[in-house]
Amino acid sequence: MTDSVPKRQRPLSPHLQIYKPQMTSVLSIFHRITGYAMSIGIFAVVWMLVAAATGEAAYGTFLEYAGSKIGMLILFGWSVALFYHMSNGIRHLFWDVGYLFKLKNAIRAGYVVLTLTVLMTAGFWALIWPDVSPLITE
Amino acid sequence: MKLKWQDDGLKGPLARAKGLGSAGEGSEHWFMQRVTAISNLILMIWLLSSVVTNIAGADHAEFTAWLSMPINAILMILSVISIFYHAALGCQVIAEDYIHNEALKFIKLIGIKLFFFGAAVACIFSILKIAFGG
Repeated sequence: MTDSVPKRQRPLSPHLQIYKPQMTSVLSIFHRITGYAMSIGIFAVVWMLVAAATGEAAYGTFLEYAGSKIGMLILFGWSVALFYHMSNGIRHLFWDVGYLFKLKNAIRAGYVVLTLTVLMTAGFWALIWPDVSPLITE
Repeated sequence: MKLKWQDDGLKGPLARAKGLGSAGEGSEHWFMQRVTAISNLILMIWLLSSVVTNIAGADHAEFTAWLSMPINAILMILSVISIFYHAALGCQVIAEDYIHNEALKFIKLIGIKLFFFGAAVACIFSILKIAFGG
């Protein structure tokens, strides 16, 4: 067996702040952040479904909180995270099968992801706004 | 501190070859994350279009009427399983990458599994209760 413990301390790579933010690295960390944020947001899904199963009053309370200004802000943030994670996830699936590895293409796909995120978020809210806006409470 | 991937002489060549990394398992995790990514994508297209056409702005009676239709209840249960599984796998990777204390990481990894399993059971039970006319 070879001894994998280094004989002497080798220099470590510089800290993350040293590097210039790039399309590839920034989009990568945002994939994690949006995924983690949505995992925490699963609380809202559990709340919605359990409240609906519990009864009309419990569901009413959920709608009240969801329709509050903070609730709407969280839901909007959640939709951005979802559309971003979804678009960038497709970019990841392309990488998994061996496409978009040329740096130029990886960066181009990054711009496509960002454009899709904006378009899908805007389209989604434009479609649901007539249904949702009457429920917004102070 | 001794790190898990450092060779302590006890781990045989087979364990190393199987790629048993910091989580103590092989490539199933990576593969299932892709499987659930694709199922999430399909189910999200259905769920988002349902939000637009039915769920957004629905009151209790409208929402439960929609969810009690078999096709919607089935797809919703599948969505919960697929999404929560994918989320648990993602949170596991994040914990493995950023928590360097072995004890804390172990507790966090167990907590993730218990949380998502519990949340999934709560959601699936609620869907079934509504679907069976609760």
